[in-house]
Order: sequence, then structure tokens, then C-alpha cells
Amino acid sequence: MKKIDSTFWNMLWSLTLITAVAGGLLGYTHRLTEEPIARATKAGREKAIQEVIPEYDNSPIDEQQTIVVRNEYGETPTIVYPAQKEGRLSGAAVECSNNTGYSGEIRIIVGFNADGSIKDYRVLKHEETPGLGAKMNEWFRSEKNDQNILGKSPAKNKLQVKQEAGEVDAITAATITSKAFLGAVRTAYEAYIETTKGENHE
Amino acid sequence: MLTYISIFITAIFVNNIVLSQFLGICPFLGVSKRIDSALGMGAAVTFVMTIATIVTYLLQTYLLMPLHLDYMQTIAFILVIAALVQLLEIIIKKIAPSLYQALGVFLPLITTNCTILGVALIVIQKNMSLLEATVYAISTALGFTLALVIFAGMREQMSLSRIPKAMQGTPIALITAGLLAMAFMGFSGIKIG
Amino acid sequence: MNKTKILLNGLIKENPTFVLLLGMCPTLGTTTSASGGLGMGLSTLFVLICSNVAISMAKNIIPDKVRIPAFIVIIATFVTILQLCMQAYLPDLYETLGLFIPLIVVNCILLGRAEAFAAKHTPGDAFFDGLGIGLGFTVALTLLGCVREFLGTGHIFGLPVYPEEYGSLIFILAPGAFIALGFLIAIIHTIKTR
Repeated sequence: MKKIDSTFWNMLWSLTLITAVAGGLLGYTHRLTEEPIARATKAGREKAIQEVIPEYDNSPIDEQQTIVVRNEYGETPTIVYPAQKEGRLSGAAVECSNNTGYSGEIRIIVGFNADGSIKDYRVLKHEETPGLGAKMNEWFRSEKNDQNILGKSPAKNKLQVKQEAGEVDAITAATITSKAFLGAVRTAYEAYIETTKGENHE
Repeated sequence: MLTYISIFITAIFVNNIVLSQFLGICPFLGVSKRIDSALGMGAAVTFVMTIATIVTYLLQTYLLMPLHLDYMQTIAFILVIAALVQLLEIIIKKIAPSLYQALGVFLPLITTNCTILGVALIVIQKNMSLLEATVYAISTALGFTLALVIFAGMREQMSLSRIPKAMQGTPIALITAGLLAMAFMGFSGIKIG
Repeated sequence: MNKTKILLNGLIKENPTFVLLLGMCPTLGTTTSASGGLGMGLSTLFVLICSNVAISMAKNIIPDKVRIPAFIVIIATFVTILQLCMQAYLPDLYETLGLFIPLIVVNCILLGRAEAFAAKHTPGDAFFDGLGIGLGFTVALTLLGCVREFLGTGHIFGLPVYPEEYGSLIFILAPGAFIALGFLIAIIHTIKTR
């Protein structure tokens, strides 16, 4: 086949054809992947909740509630997934974010035991420096020095970096990220306390 | 008002698009041998980035979102940017020949400059308002220009010095860029508002 | 044309990163770890092979004057397909590479190969050119990722080699990316001229 000339009509039908094929192909792929994408997003969230929440026999995701926390960071909407065991509150997973990091939002999920101590945490999303910010997921569970926050409770322990007279070692060269991360943890705790208050009234 | 000043300072110094986000490296290394061409490129990028961000923002909010065509974002944005660059080239040539003389050679290079598409995508990702997006686009472009001009100044000086054979050309340019990036790290952590 | 020759040309003689210096943004931006570099390299490899073959097959129905927009549409289509599939099946990798996935569209390697090779050769040859250049890019990114991860954190592909405390953090941060790539290119040039 010979290459076609650059006449107006040739250009028009050629580009129309290519865009039409491209559009069709994309629409088809979109239809195929729409459901797996939704599932992957949901599975990621559910997996994170499962990993941090204490034992439960209710359905935390269906019973989730949004609580707005007002503190030094202004108003932060948080999502509390309550865990109940035999009708009693056994803790919760709290999803919350903090905007005072190095760049953009840090979104974490923290699991609290009934007594308010931290069971576990996961970082859901962050835009910190690649390679440094990613350390958040490992750093604060390491037994080295004073890095660990698991098992501690924001009520009893001063969960702030040592530079702010707290008792937690900040990530080397990422103090701002660490401050913002711990800020999110404290905000999550306030949201958790808020839900337990409601629980006591019942 | 404070938000906009904060966006402005952050985009230029703290999160400089070239030196800390790694976008637009190709023109950064390619068009930085002389200060005047660096300035020309910077001006052309500022011009196109501001207009392109506004147009793609409107396209996303009023066409792609209502029609649930979000997945066409990449393809729609790059076509709009390519068309826009062509259009601007024709318009500038007609109404401002002197400006065309200054910026003309840089315009065709801009379609494949990833800062333009990058910024268009970032403002959508970060849920900015139209005004915030515009301020962000202008400041990012100014940050790009600043990095480019400083780097060109360094390279002009460097062309006079003797450099080991293995390091000549790209290697020494990259290492200089690394030192410049290190200097910009001094801005990190600056917070306004 | 000889297939192995096309393959080796892309891998070594015209290596996109070390020789042609194309696609620098993802090269520096995604190589904080070896696995990040490898993921980005393979993503680009996929789009490059697809777009090279498609453009080579369609070359006769694309008039010369509108070839650039036509190429861009074809490349962007494959990038979006990759984007959707990654979101669905590899969400973690998609999250790590972030913005650099849609930005494959403006990677000069793709448009460069379309213009310089695919538009002039048969689909078979274009496939091997895409494979060669793509592999060259992948190898370069993985190598840079290994160097940065090793010097910065003492790990390679997440496996510890020496204690993290002795790593020099700068290689994970932005300046280290430029400096590590500068030295790598200098070393490769020296070896090649020997």
C-alpha cells in the first residue's frame, strides 16, 4: 500500500478514524476495568482497617461514623470504624489526615484498643519526599531508641517529636513529616475519645 | 490571601518543579547553555502553562466530570495542550511578531515538556479551585524559570573552567544540578500561614 | 533488517538514558528504589512496544502533515490502557509511581521512536526496536535505582546489605538523583571509550 497524500480530506478521515478507534478501545478497557478498580480501592481500605482494628464481632465498616475534630490543626473530618466484642466497645480504627506535612496531605488509619492505647497504624496516602516519607510505615513501630508508638496512648504519653519536647524520635531528616504524622495520630485519638463518650451515655 | 502567597512561595522555592519534583528535566538540561535562551524558554513556559492549566481545568470540571469520562483525562489534556500550543504559535505570529521572534523557537518544544501536562494533572489531583490552580500554574512556571536561569548562569561560568575528560558535558551538568538542588533544599520546611 | 541487531542497538548503542539522554524526568523521579525503577521501566516498555507496532501498522494511512497529533493520540491511548489496568490489578505500584504514569505520554523516547523508527519500518522490526529501547530504559532505571537504594539505605530491592544507619540519605533525596546519574553516565562513557 502506498502512503496517502496530505490532502484535507485524507487528513480528516485519517484522524477521525484513529480517534474513533482510540475512543472505542478506551471505552472498552474502561468497562472491563471499572469493577476491578472499584474492588481494588475498596479492598485496600478494608485491608488497612482489618490490620489495625482490635478483635470485633460487629461490622465496623457499616457502623462507621464521621466525626469532625477541632484542635490546633483546625477542623479535621475523621472516620471512626468502631469495633465491638460481645456488645461492648473493644476499640476502633480511625481514619484521619493532616495537612502540615512537607507537601500535601498525610492520610493514616490508626487502631485503638479499648483503653486508648495504639494497636497499630497504616499510612494510606502521603505526598512527602519519596523514600523519606515512605519510612513512616516502618519507623514508628521499630523498637530502636524511642521510635515506637505502638502500645502507647496519647493520654499517658506525650506523642510529639523530641524537638517539640515530646518523647518520640523523629524520622532522621524528616522532622516535619514526623510532626505531621504524630499530629494525625493525636487527632485520631481525639476522634476516638469522642466516640467512647457517646458509648458511655447509652 | 495568605493561601495564595503560600502557594506562590511553596511552588517557587520549597517544592521547585525541576529541582524537587523532577519535572521538566529535558529543557532544564537542553536549553540552559546561555542565560538569554533560558529566559526565553522560561517566558514561553509561563505563558503556555498558565493558559493550558486554566483550559484543562475548565475541560475537566465542565466536560469530563459531568460526563463521567475521567478516564479520558490524559488523552484529552495532551490533545488540548498540543492544539493550544499550535494555536498560540499562530496567534502570536499574527498579532505580536516581535514576541514571536523571542519565543517562537521554544514553542514547538513545549508540547512534550512534561511540566505543562504535569501541572494540569496536579491541580486536578489536589482539588484546587480555579484561582488556586491559576496561581499555582504561574508560580510553578516562575520556579521553573528561576531554576533554569540560575543553572544557565552556572553553566556559562563552567564553560570557562577545565573539567576532567570523563566528566565533560552531561555528567558535570547533572552534578551541578545536584548541588543546586541541594541549595534549594535549604528552603524546605518554610511555612506561611 | 537483522532482529538481534535492532535489539542490541536499543539496549546498548542507542541506550535512551545513558547515550541519548531522553526521558530524564521518570529516570530521576522514580528511582528512589530499585523496584520503583524496574516498575517504571517495564511500564514504559509496554507502552513503547504497543505504540511502536500500532504506529508502524497505521503509518500508511497517516498523512505526513498530521502525523504528530496522530502519534500522540496512539501513545496516549496505550498510556491510558496501562493506567486503568494498573489501577485495577497493581494498585500499590500505581500509587508509588503516581504522576509519572500519565506523564509517559510526554516522554520524548516514545514520540522519538515513533518518528525515527516506527514510521519507517515494518511492524515486526518496530516491535524489536520497542523491545530493545524499552529494555535499555528498564536496565538503566533499575541500575540507577539499585545504586541510589544501596548508597542511601543499604538495601537492594528491599533486601538489607549493610545497616541502614551507614547509608547516606542524600542519595534518596533530589540532589542525590542528579549526582548519582551524573557519575553513572561518566563511568559508562569512560568504559565505552576504552
